[in-house]
Amino acid sequence: MTSIFGPRLAAIIVKELWLVLRDPRARISLILPPFIQLFVFAYASTLEVKNVTIGVLDRDGGQWSHEIIQRVAGSPSVRGIVRFDADAAVADAINTQRVIAVLRFDSHFSADVSAGRGAVVGAVFDGRKSNAAQIVDGYVDRIVAGVSADVHVARPPPVPGSTDVTYWFNPNLDYLWFTIPSLVVIISLASSTSVVSQSVAREKEMGTYDQLMVSPFRVWEILVGKMVPPVLIGMANATLYLVVNPFVFGVPFRGSLLLFYPSLIVFLLAMTGIGMLVSVVSNTQQQAFLGMFALTVPAFLLSGYAAPIDNIPPFLQLVAEANPAKHFQIVTEGLFLKGMPAADVFTNTWPMAVIAVVTIAVASYLFRSRLE
Amino acid sequence: MADAVASVHGLTKRFSGQEKAALDKISMDIEPGKMTGLVGPDGAGKTTLIRILAGLIDPDAGEATVFGRAATATDRSMIGYMPQRFGLYEDLSVIENLRLYADLRGLPPADRQASFDRLLDFTDLKRFTDRLAGKLSGGMKQKLGLACAMVRAPKLLLLDEPSVGVDPLSRRELWQMVKDLAGDGIGVLWSTAYLDEAEKCDTVTLLSEGKGLYAGPPQALTDKICNRVLRLAVPSEGRRVILQRALDDPAIIDGTVQGDALRLMLKANTAPPTPQSLGLKSGSLFETVQPRFEDAFIDLLGGGPSGTSQLAEHYRKIAATDAPAIVADGLSRRFGDFTAADLVSFSVPRGQIFGLLGPNGAGKSTTFKMLCGLLTPSEGRGSVAGFDLHSAKADARQSLGYMAQKFSLYGDLSVRQNLNFFAGAYGLKNGDAREAIERSIEIFHLHRYLKENASTMPLGFKQRLALACAVLHQPPVLFLDEPTSGVDPIVRREFWTHINGLVEKGVTVLVTTHFMDEAEYCDRATLIYRARQIATGTPDELKALAGKADAKMEDAFIALIKASNLQREAA
Repeated sequence: MTSIFGPRLAAIIVKELWLVLRDPRARISLILPPFIQLFVFAYASTLEVKNVTIGVLDRDGGQWSHEIIQRVAGSPSVRGIVRFDADAAVADAINTQRVIAVLRFDSHFSADVSAGRGAVVGAVFDGRKSNAAQIVDGYVDRIVAGVSADVHVARPPPVPGSTDVTYWFNPNLDYLWFTIPSLVVIISLASSTSVVSQSVAREKEMGTYDQLMVSPFRVWEILVGKMVPPVLIGMANATLYLVVNPFVFGVPFRGSLLLFYPSLIVFLLAMTGIGMLVSVVSNTQQQAFLGMFALTVPAFLLSGYAAPIDNIPPFLQLVAEANPAKHFQIVTEGLFLKGMPAADVFTNTWPMAVIAVVTIAVASYLFRSRLE
Repeated sequence: MADAVASVHGLTKRFSGQEKAALDKISMDIEPGKMTGLVGPDGAGKTTLIRILAGLIDPDAGEATVFGRAATATDRSMIGYMPQRFGLYEDLSVIENLRLYADLRGLPPADRQASFDRLLDFTDLKRFTDRLAGKLSGGMKQKLGLACAMVRAPKLLLLDEPSVGVDPLSRRELWQMVKDLAGDGIGVLWSTAYLDEAEKCDTVTLLSEGKGLYAGPPQALTDKICNRVLRLAVPSEGRRVILQRALDDPAIIDGTVQGDALRLMLKANTAPPTPQSLGLKSGSLFETVQPRFEDAFIDLLGGGPSGTSQLAEHYRKIAATDAPAIVADGLSRRFGDFTAADLVSFSVPRGQIFGLLGPNGAGKSTTFKMLCGLLTPSEGRGSVAGFDLHSAKADARQSLGYMAQKFSLYGDLSVRQNLNFFAGAYGLKNGDAREAIERSIEIFHLHRYLKENASTMPLGFKQRLALACAVLHQPPVLFLDEPTSGVDPIVRREFWTHINGLVEKGVTVLVTTHFMDEAEYCDRATLIYRARQIATGTPDELKALAGKADAKMEDAFIALIKASNLQREAA
């Protein structure tokens, strides 16, 4: 062998790139989804709760229940208040999803407050929307606490202390600051794996596989050739997000790009390694697509974007260790929001390198043994 | 003349996005009780015409009439239609397929048993009624397809290439079966790319690129060239050179190798060249032979290509050695308990053509794949250009050019991108690559397709591009898997001119083919049947083994298969 980068390797890389770029369907599926997802994910997958309707069953009708209801109605997140006069109507409104929560005041509520006996606001939430219900619960809690503080002010035993909360890294708790870094991970993951998983399967389906295997390519040349386009495409999509972000979303990028790109490349190699495994064992493009779909959804769910890794059962946390997206999620979030230092980036990058080496090695072994 | 059961008149069909009409003003009649042949290479328009007759698509102009009414408005229950593929449900058994078709065609339950008995008897499938259709051999599948089309006795039978993928023996049986049906007064349309089948039809419509070249009895067409087809015995040693000289002679418009003889067609009203001018001893004689339909087709197309291959002219000379170029030594391949190839052995000296012959599924593709390194043999060894397939795989691959059976280049890449890729694949560097590519474009006339997707080219150009890519690096050994399947006879001639030319330069060629007359080009050939070699030798030796020295290769083939079947039954 004269040099590693001879005409053979150049030929197969150029060919693989052309195959992706000349296929109109592939072209559209590479350019359109990142843009659509950029806007859909960024604006629709909001974790805030806005425009909710809250029901009220006010048997009290006194000063304090009125105060709380007014404050709830005045909250920017609440669209409107619906009044009920019977428990049956409450149940019905929750069942039909007219309201997400109902506040219930007993007839002696204001009297209890005024007498300093301690009063309880009953609240019913729609547990089907558990996340939104929790958030509304939080809103209501804060309002009730506010009213309660006013009551105390009106009647002076001084408040012993209070909590002054500051949110680090995301001072205004802007959900975009959380979603945009995650989207960088998800988009580069989805675009690169969709390309690589088709690569070998397409050759088998189109009948070009034999022709390729008869030519004097080494297995590593074929695999390298097939991994270059998906890695480049994943990098292009991540770069798109980095470029668009300051103008559209304004999420700060506090870390170093010199740390981001090497880590991104390792992440993409790990993902294409997994995609290559799927492609090698698939006989048709359809199988490859379904196989990849079966893997990308868990990769997405176990990345830390959908649910915090600390909150999932221990055995799944173990599985998540094998998920490159989980590690890269930590790196991007860290580089975006807190300027993660090189040592921490490295700590979270080497597991991806291990995944890349293992999957690529297994893929090339299977590729060889499937030559039979 | 009996009234036609179906006829088309001035039929034209154009598919969107295609330059040429798929059918261009075609007229023909299908008469009851006769075999009407619809003949032409792939892409000629045969399937389109049949689909119009079956009422599946509308023509753009002209009319198609079946049983006196427009094809789209006629009584379709009286049409038996056997499409080229997908006619059978592979996961249903033979009898389930028949029942399904009986349901679809509304055959009254009372008539079913009689109809099934008659058809199973007739197709000789009675023993296999419970077998899944997907597990039948090619020939049996076609017979079942025919039975399904016949389940309710039709008046018109439309058969779209029923003999594709069927071994010669089954092909004959199928033909006989359909001919018997025609005898009962059914109008039969038999479409085929095999020109020898055309000769046996009562009347023939010859299509080429959507145009009707001829309509009428085949005999009338071959009669036009009756004194122009000649046979010339030649020494086996230099027959390819003599053929080249003959084809370069302006008096000769077509020629092929027939074992130890040449078959030549003279230009109309021209005297044959003297044997001496072709480099033969005086005393060699031309004898007039019976023209075939293929000769007539080539005459209609204006004659075949000249004898000198530009490809071979520019090819390097492969150095002579005593070592054989291809060796198969006891190659076997088993898939589970199924043996696909059983102890196949042969050796091909440098500069020869070796043929692997046999029906589909007999094991010739398996043998072929083992020799080019696509399949690892279960047993045995092979070598190519002196490189062992096991220990020096990459070197062996570098020394061979491969052309797959189906078009297997990158259809989504342009012609030039395909050429660039294969130049790189075989390690050609910048200057060499550019030169080799430009030369190929020149030789194979690829200029006007350079920027187009390879998949959009006509079949003949796809095959030319495939050959061009296989020889860019001027390999000493060429593997050609059914290189001329489906192309028109002119392209077939062109291919054999190139192959013959390359062999004269010292290239060794391993070729598989199901065109039995193409086996005549081989120096030696082996016949593979049911995973085993049943005969090996020169074309003339094979014919002699079959007991018929002057027979057509196909007759020899059938005789050998029959003998092998008998032997197997006795064992």
